[in-house]
Amino acid sequence: MSENKNLVEGATGSWEIVLGLEIHAQVLSDAKLFSSAPTKFGAEQNTQVSLVDAAMPGMLPVINEECVRKAVRTGLGIKSKINLRSVFDRKNYFYPDLPQGYQISQFKYPIVGEGEIEIDLKGGATKRIGIERLHLEQDAGKSIHDQHPSLSYVDLNRSGVALMEIVSKPDMRSSEEAQAYVKKVRAILRYLGTCDGNMEEGSLRADVNVSVRRPGEPLGTRCEIKNVNSIRFIGQAIEHEARRQIDVLEDGGSVRLETRLFDPKKGVTRAMRSKEEAHDYRYFPDPDLLPLVISQEMVDALAADLPELPDEKKARFVREYGLSPYDAGVLVSEKVSAAFFESVASECDPKLAANWVTGEFFGALRKAGATIETSPVSAKQLGELINLISDDTLSGRIAKDVFEIMFETSDDAAKIVEERGLRQVTDLGAIEKVIDEIIAANPDKVEQVKAKPKLMGWFVGQVMKATGGKANPSSVNGLLSKKLGL
Amino acid sequence: MSVDENTVRGIARLARIAVSEEELAPLAKDMSAILDWVEQLGEVETDNVAPLTSVVEMEMKMREDIVQHENIQREVTQNAAVSEDGFFTVPKVIE
Repeated sequence: MSENKNLVEGATGSWEIVLGLEIHAQVLSDAKLFSSAPTKFGAEQNTQVSLVDAAMPGMLPVINEECVRKAVRTGLGIKSKINLRSVFDRKNYFYPDLPQGYQISQFKYPIVGEGEIEIDLKGGATKRIGIERLHLEQDAGKSIHDQHPSLSYVDLNRSGVALMEIVSKPDMRSSEEAQAYVKKVRAILRYLGTCDGNMEEGSLRADVNVSVRRPGEPLGTRCEIKNVNSIRFIGQAIEHEARRQIDVLEDGGSVRLETRLFDPKKGVTRAMRSKEEAHDYRYFPDPDLLPLVISQEMVDALAADLPELPDEKKARFVREYGLSPYDAGVLVSEKVSAAFFESVASECDPKLAANWVTGEFFGALRKAGATIETSPVSAKQLGELINLISDDTLSGRIAKDVFEIMFETSDDAAKIVEERGLRQVTDLGAIEKVIDEIIAANPDKVEQVKAKPKLMGWFVGQVMKATGGKANPSSVNGLLSKKLGL
Repeated sequence: MSVDENTVRGIARLARIAVSEEELAPLAKDMSAILDWVEQLGEVETDNVAPLTSVVEMEMKMREDIVQHENIQREVTQNAAVSEDGFFTVPKVIE
């Protein structure tokens, strides 16, 4: 293992944080994993519950083939081993939102085994993170605790919805790495179309396992932080939990193996239940379900059908368009931004396209709270604007003004340039005339610039002012140097 | 294989079954006897036999991803001890 540069200083020396993640990703399917009830988000309570989901006696689960296919597709996307034979087990525990008294999950024989993904870190660095497994399981229902002083309300709409649990190896060493890992898994799921990755609606949630140790020592006791539902909270939860464990250890105490909850309002984690007691799940193969056997042909067909994934797209952007790995990484992190960039780049110079998309365009979207889907400026329009820079119709500075107007009005760049007379002055004669006038009006400055060449900037400013910023900057510079004898 | 009283207490707690102190010893004796009886299977040579999770030589049947559903909110909640406004309700559980 490479040396860790992410050590955390405590009062008695430095500590290493060790992180492993379990991501629960809701499979995009119309019906549930073992019943034909719908999975749609936001329906009225208990209206999407079949007799199977409510665990009525005598009901038998029948698996949804699409969920199996999506799990395999995801397994291929995270470069993991596909197991042609897997087994469903019962994970036994009691909770009001689990009507069966057990969750159907996969324990010993998951559908997907080991693999790895590459995460993108600051400055264009990457790191490989091992995948332990991916298995299929049922989601539980939802308990609502704040509707009544002494009762909890239970809604089983989500009960039985298919989840993929993706378990990483304990390969992450900082909150930044954990966040990058979740971002990468989410991007892959979205590219594959196997999960919408929507953390606000709970279709992607993470359990974070945190432990700390002295560098080089064996793994410390871990705590599991349950159901963290935003990338920002994952960072905060890890920072707080690691600090808490370091404080406990440095005070001579020991970390207890336990499940904790992150409270986003206070930014702290608190103990939920002690693990050794609650986690006696008594797994055993579900007698209602035969082993799941899939064919190599099915796996091959799914593999042949995989889309271009973020890493491949990033490599292609660097290779084909000459982008920096950093810009390429930013663009491929969301499928829609990669597609938007490619349609801009099909219209104009790709490098300028990358600068404009990641710079002005994303900036304007962020400021307006808009998305690519709701953007007032289309990819084609942005490409046309960039072409006006490339063919010297517009200076870069004026182009930014034009873009702002485009963003407000959705007008084409050419129309704005014509209507407002923003065309760049490239006629050398016209620029020369302005320069001559300025030199004639400022003999004192002309004297000074000979001793202080920096004053040249003042002349450039005067020319730009006189031309409304429309003079071509390189022509201005060239002519000025000549005329001032610099 | 023998089961002691503490194990019985633990199993009862996991299964949410109330077991009184007096019942622990007889239950431990019964459960040990059952396990000993099952343990006889250990005498069978199984080194080269793959574990069996089903007695029939069948693969799992799958269904298509098609919603077939009607809203049966009333039916699924009517057996609940208490329900309110389409929700199941239970004594407050907060961790």
